[in-house]
Order: sequence, then structure tokens, then C-alpha cells
Amino acid sequence: MQGLVPTATDGNMATEFHNLQELRHSASLANKVFIQRDYTEGTTCKFQTKFPSELESRIERTLFEDTVKTLNNYYAEAEKIGGQSYLEGCLACATAYLIFLCMETRYEKVLKKIAKYIQEQNEKIYAPRGLLITDPIERGMRVIEISIYEDRGSSGSSSGSSSVSGSTAR
Amino acid sequence: MHLGVSESMRECEYSQISTRSSTPMETPYKKKTSKKRKWEIFPGRNKFYCGGRIMMAKQTGVFYLTLVLILVTCGLFFTFDCPFLALQLTPVIPVIGGVLFLFVLGTLLRTSFSDPGVLPRATPDEAADLERQIDVANGSTGYRPPPRTKEVVINGQTVKLKYCFTCKIFRPPRASHCSLCDNCVDRFDHHCPWVGNCVGKRNYRFFYMFILSLSFLTIFIFAFVITHIILRSHRNGFLNALKDSPASVLEVVVCFFSVWSIVGLSGFHTYLISSNQTTNEDIKGSWSSKRGKDNYNPYSHGNIFTNCCAALCGPLPPSLIDRRGFVQSDTPQLAPPTNGITMYGATQSQQSHMFSMESKPIVSDTETERLPPHPSSSSRAASQ
Repeated sequence: MQGLVPTATDGNMATEFHNLQELRHSASLANKVFIQRDYTEGTTCKFQTKFPSELESRIERTLFEDTVKTLNNYYAEAEKIGGQSYLEGCLACATAYLIFLCMETRYEKVLKKIAKYIQEQNEKIYAPRGLLITDPIERGMRVIEISIYEDRGSSGSSSGSSSVSGSTAR
Repeated sequence: MHLGVSESMRECEYSQISTRSSTPMETPYKKKTSKKRKWEIFPGRNKFYCGGRIMMAKQTGVFYLTLVLILVTCGLFFTFDCPFLALQLTPVIPVIGGVLFLFVLGTLLRTSFSDPGVLPRATPDEAADLERQIDVANGSTGYRPPPRTKEVVINGQTVKLKYCFTCKIFRPPRASHCSLCDNCVDRFDHHCPWVGNCVGKRNYRFFYMFILSLSFLTIFIFAFVITHIILRSHRNGFLNALKDSPASVLEVVVCFFSVWSIVGLSGFHTYLISSNQTTNEDIKGSWSSKRGKDNYNPYSHGNIFTNCCAALCGPLPPSLIDRRGFVQSDTPQLAPPTNGITMYGATQSQQSHMFSMESKPIVSDTETERLPPHPSSSSRAASQ
């Protein structure tokens, strides 16, 4: 019933951003690319796999397409209409939907998996290239927002988590 | 624990801010903004209760009328008719009545209190990006550009997506903007004043269950109140029967008038569900064959059974507006574009439009943040 979008993602995003700051001393936001929804198969959640031109110099096409395709698969799994979803629906109806007070819907479970996947992708692939993916759930499932950071400083080692980051000479 | 996470997150940002030589004015405001939840600054015309857990439309008068009608009619039934019927016929009658009543109430409250599928408004960056794309497409000519639409082909059928000027998004297919609630709602069916909320993707099944169970309840009460009066009339005569149980007359009147409308509505929505259409689409005749020979509903699954199952037992999508989340004013914003493209409203007024009027401290807070500390800097780090 209530919006159960976990705000842990926001914490993760801030942590990611923090790591990003450590990687590049004075990285600053240069641009944002928005991957729009692909409605050709209906209203199910699916994002366009077209490679945006702004990312051409930053990341390999295949990596990007893999990420988007995996996300699309996750969303398809969440919205799949089949035996399990019917069972869940009927059980919920029979218990007057009170069962959702103790149980998570399948959609919510998949959303958690997606959040973990995005964090993992950010850590492994996107942050080292100066990019950051925002979970689409935070943008109303409309877009995948990819933030592009300028590569100002040297990309130092990612060890050490200083709470006071180096001051930027502005 | 939840609060602890966000607070430690805030601490990280504090140290970031202090090294980035921002104006000292910003730090006192930070503590104030971290306490606000998103429902408090929600831009639509909705009312929130219980800390954001309950969400309703602005006008709820008719909803209370619905509630009163149901409670009073059922109350009278259980108090005056059920004792007689339980003794004369079977005690199963009040039990079934009770179950129906609880189901009706449960589904009504669920429909009224849940998020119908509101689409959150575009962030300033998203809106700017869209405006840029549209201006490029239009050639940015003219003082008043034509209404913006985008065409997509869905399962072979061409569908026009409209641009919503309030929410600054291209509405997904089947979404519509509710003028009463001032929100774009996904799979918008209609705004129901009886329920005090919009009916959309997330609460359509509850709405349908509500009107279906209410039809059964109304017919049930109607039938058994008539039975009650008839049985009493056999004993004491018709007029005496009415005198002995005056509440029954009220119940019969209420049920009689309700039955036609509610059963009719249930039938109509059963038809809509089986053909996978929304009330909105049906009224406009979007998929009617009268529009064209090749006009068909691209969302229909083909057969009635699948359509019904999908609508009623399909997965329930989560709420996209995250009412109980904390407001984050720390997401990095792009600098406003300086290439001369006109934007509808400056970014600052966009911001104040997005955040409602109640949140004056936040508006001034973000406005302070948005002013670049050094005019020469063209990009911005974590703006706090």
C-alpha cells in the first residue's frame, strides 16, 4: 500500500558519489544522459538500448547495451504474468491484501535485486569511467539517468576512505 | 535504523560541503531539510495522512458520504434485521453479511487510501533535456509552439504520446493527467469522487473488487430485508411489519436506488476489464472500430480470461512517488544552459513549481544552493 521504495539506494548513491570523489579528486558533473522508455511492446517497463552519442567516448557500446538489456530482463521478470503472479494475486485477494503487511510482493523483491545490480555496475564498470547510473525507480521509471563526470584530476587509487576529501583549488 | 542511515549519509555530505568552500549560510539549513519527507513537498493536490501512508484527493466530502451510507445501512441491517433472520431462517445470513461488509470496507479503504499510480514530475535536468530535444525538433520558432506529441508504434498500432506541461514529461501510453488532483496517473481510469481518489493502475483491482462486492452486498441486504418484511407480514400483517421494523424501510430505499447504479457500474467495469480498456479510452472511443477499420486495442492480450487475470491478479507495481522517503536536496544539478535556448520558466521557478508552496525554507535553500559561489565556475559539484 505504502511506497516501499527503499531509501537505501539514496545512501548508496551518496556513497558511490563519495567513492567517485575519491577516485577523481575534483570530479564535477558535466552532463546527464537520459535513456528513455521503449513502448513498442506495450506498457511493460523496457528501456531503449540505443547507444547515446554522449557516451561514445566514455564507455564501450557492448557494456552499455548489456547493462540496459539486463535491466530490461529484470523488469520483465517483475511484471511477468504467469502462474506465480496469479497465485500471489489470488492469495492476496483472499486475505484482503493484508498479507502484504508481512510479505513483500515479487515486484519489490525484483526491485531490490535491480538496486543491487545497479550498485554493482556502478562500482565495477561505470564509476571507473566517470559515469554514474541512477536507479530508474528514483525517476518514476521513466528514464535511466546516467551522469557524466568531467575528468579533471588524476584517477588515483581507490584505497582509503578519507572522510575529509582533499580541498579543491577553485 | 533507517534514520541512522540517512544521518550518517548527511555527515558524509557535511564534510564534503565544508571542503568545497560553499557559503556558510547553507549548513544551518541542512538539518531542517533532512527531517522533511517527500509527501510534505508533494506538488500535486493531494491530502496525506498518517505520515504519508494514506493518500487521498483534495475533495473527500463524497467519500465520507459513501462511508456513512455503507456503515449506516449495514449497521441497521445487523441491528434490526439480522436477529429476526438468524432466528427464523439461519444464522449463516449475518455471517455472510458480515464477511461481505468487511470485504467491502476493506477494498473501499484500500482504493481510497492508496497511491493510484501517480507519476512523479520530471526533475529539472530531465525537463531541460526534453525541452532541448523538442526545441531541436521544432526549430524553436514562434512565440507559442504547437502542442507537443510523440508517436510510438505499440504492437502495430500507432499511439500518440502527449507532453504534459504541468509534469513536464511525455505521458506514457494510457497515462492521463487528472485535473482534480493535478497529477499524471499511470493507466488512468477515472477520478472517482465516491472513493475520494483517482482510479489508476495501482488501485484499479481494489476499485473493481469494491464495486463488485458492494453489488453483492446491496443485493444481499435488499433481498433479505424484503424477506424479513414478508415473513413478518405473514405473522402480523404488512403495516404492522413496517411499524415493527422501520429501519428496514430506509434500507430498502437506499438499496433500491444503489442497486441500479452499482450493479450497472460493475457490469461496465467487467466489460472494460475483459477488453483491457480504461474508462478514459472507452469514453474517447480510442480503440473503437468506428475510428477506422484497422483500429484495435494494442494492450489486449487476446482473450477475455487473460485480460481479467492480468487486471486482477497481475503483479502490483510499487508506488513511484516514495511518499515516506526523505527529501534529498543533494543530488547534483547541472548548471543552467547558457546557449540561449528558451526554457519555459527559469530553472529557479521550475524548482519552486516542483516543490509546493508549503516548503518555503526548501525553496530558498535550493535557490541559495543553485547560485554558484563563483560565477566563473561553469560546472557544479555536489550542490548542498
